[in-house]
Amino acid sequence: MEQPVTAASPSKAHSVSLWSRIVKHRTIYLLMLPGLLFFIVFKFGPLWGLLLAFKDYNPYLGFAASEWAGFDHFSALFADPNFYVMLRNTLAINLLGLIFNFPVPIVLALMLNEIRHETFKRINQSIVYMPHFLSWVVVASMTYFVLSADVGIVNKIIVSWGGDSVSFLSQVNYFWAMITAQSVWKEAGWGTIIFLAAMAGVDPQRYEAAVVDGASRWRQIWHITLPAIRPTIVILLVLRLGSMFDVGFEQVLLMMNPLVLSVAEVFDTYSYTRGILQGNVSVGVAVGMFKGVIGLVLIVAANRIVKKTGQEGIY
Amino acid sequence: MSFAKSKKPTAFDWVNYSLVLLISLICVFPFLYVFSVSFTDPEVYVPLKFYLFPEKWSLDAYRYILSTNSFLNAFKSTVFITVVGTALNLIVSFTFAYGLTKRTLPGYKLILGFVIFTLVFSAGIVPNYLLIRELGLINSYWSLILSSLTNAWSLIIIKSFLESLPSELEDAAQIDGCSDLGVFWRIVIPLSMPAIATFTLFFAVAHWNTYFNALIYLTDSNKWTLQVLVKTLVIDSNSSAAAGAGASDESVMPQETIRMASIVLSMLPILIVYPFLQKHFAKGVMLGSVKG
Repeated sequence: MEQPVTAASPSKAHSVSLWSRIVKHRTIYLLMLPGLLFFIVFKFGPLWGLLLAFKDYNPYLGFAASEWAGFDHFSALFADPNFYVMLRNTLAINLLGLIFNFPVPIVLALMLNEIRHETFKRINQSIVYMPHFLSWVVVASMTYFVLSADVGIVNKIIVSWGGDSVSFLSQVNYFWAMITAQSVWKEAGWGTIIFLAAMAGVDPQRYEAAVVDGASRWRQIWHITLPAIRPTIVILLVLRLGSMFDVGFEQVLLMMNPLVLSVAEVFDTYSYTRGILQGNVSVGVAVGMFKGVIGLVLIVAANRIVKKTGQEGIY
Repeated sequence: MSFAKSKKPTAFDWVNYSLVLLISLICVFPFLYVFSVSFTDPEVYVPLKFYLFPEKWSLDAYRYILSTNSFLNAFKSTVFITVVGTALNLIVSFTFAYGLTKRTLPGYKLILGFVIFTLVFSAGIVPNYLLIRELGLINSYWSLILSSLTNAWSLIIIKSFLESLPSELEDAAQIDGCSDLGVFWRIVIPLSMPAIATFTLFFAVAHWNTYFNALIYLTDSNKWTLQVLVKTLVIDSNSSAAAGAGASDESVMPQETIRMASIVLSMLPILIVYPFLQKHFAKGVMLGSVKG
């Protein structure tokens, strides 16, 4: 670009050159302006709200005039039996996620990868990716029509065989399993993409050589395909561990009902109920902040581990 | 595996193909069930029976829903949010991500640090809600559009896509006297069409499917989006029926067919575009992993 960048006085060389660099890039800054404003207002603006966790927010006094409360809301939170219920529910749902949601896409990807009929493979891929694009409202609605006691198809079948209908959706025992099954149904197909891409990178000659050596399909999977996706598995596993505090909030909120509250309440739902529905703003902020900080520590640690293995992390 | 193609299917193949087919059926089954009930004639619908195909086809449930104002309003709101929101998403995301590819930009590290910070930490539900309230955006569709103008994940993926473009073209254009804006508009954007196509869809699906933010930001039921309306129609009326409340309402139209029809309508736009765009979506996931 031909800008008159050298016209400034040479006495303050450093600051001038910085200024001239800024001027030189002014179009870039202009392009970035909407995004910058967005981040400042909508991503950093709410950070001020975190101060409310250390105050007794009173809507009549407002943000600034509300009394400071120190760490009272946090000590109250840790003393609350609900806290341990939320912690248990969060970890239980995530543990089930680790056992089911994590390996299922790998197995499904291996199965899809073994399909040699291209059209059959493509059609099945399209079908299993589909649920990913549905909203949680639609998935939850479908769940009602499959599992609910009065209109659920499963119960219709049970009743038509002479059994008693089971209220799957209002029983404490089934909640975690149902959440897990829902997530698997919605996301397992989509989760195969990253593994299939890694598998597509394997040199076909390796399989040919294995066949010549008399390797069975199982041995080809074990010795060629799996090692090819091992780095991907390791990265995703570490990142999964780094998000052990995240629960699908919309999903849980939609499937929650008073009868299963004891197994469904997680930090986000509690923060929403207390902070927005009941108007205990400071409590809601404190719960959300606790979750956010633990989540931050976990994901930063996970990312560091991924980078230690020589891979690119998420940032 | 062209070489393997000539081989005859083995027992391994038969088992594998059957299992994959079974998994696909599990994915399709809820759709099929919801579809067939929604098209079942209310006159022949028996609550305790299950249907895989309607015994008698009927569009009554759809006629009913499309005649209600609440559904049409919600549909219009959702279309507005999706169209305007997606357009702004694309503008903000691509301009910002382009800036993020300029590593010599003064303040580059700081700006990138901001973005990454939002990736790993969020203030939480309540502070976000308070901000929207302070800005006076409650019950405005702009609350949903402005609060999701872009996000760190998309920016990082778009940034790495833009970095993968050949830089020679940009350099050449600049030597020929093209301004930064000209380079962005005439070189970068045309080369980014695959990424733009992909992200149009990602953003549009995200807007269409948004539930929680719509629930808390749009408290006036005249402003409801489709997801909030469908949730109220299907899930809330379901639980009230479970409590025995809805039993008196024995109208001509069984609630179930209407509710299922509302689900079908709410996912219809996605179902229509999906077969054409599925390929793009799958590619889009891989855009970000260009770096490996």
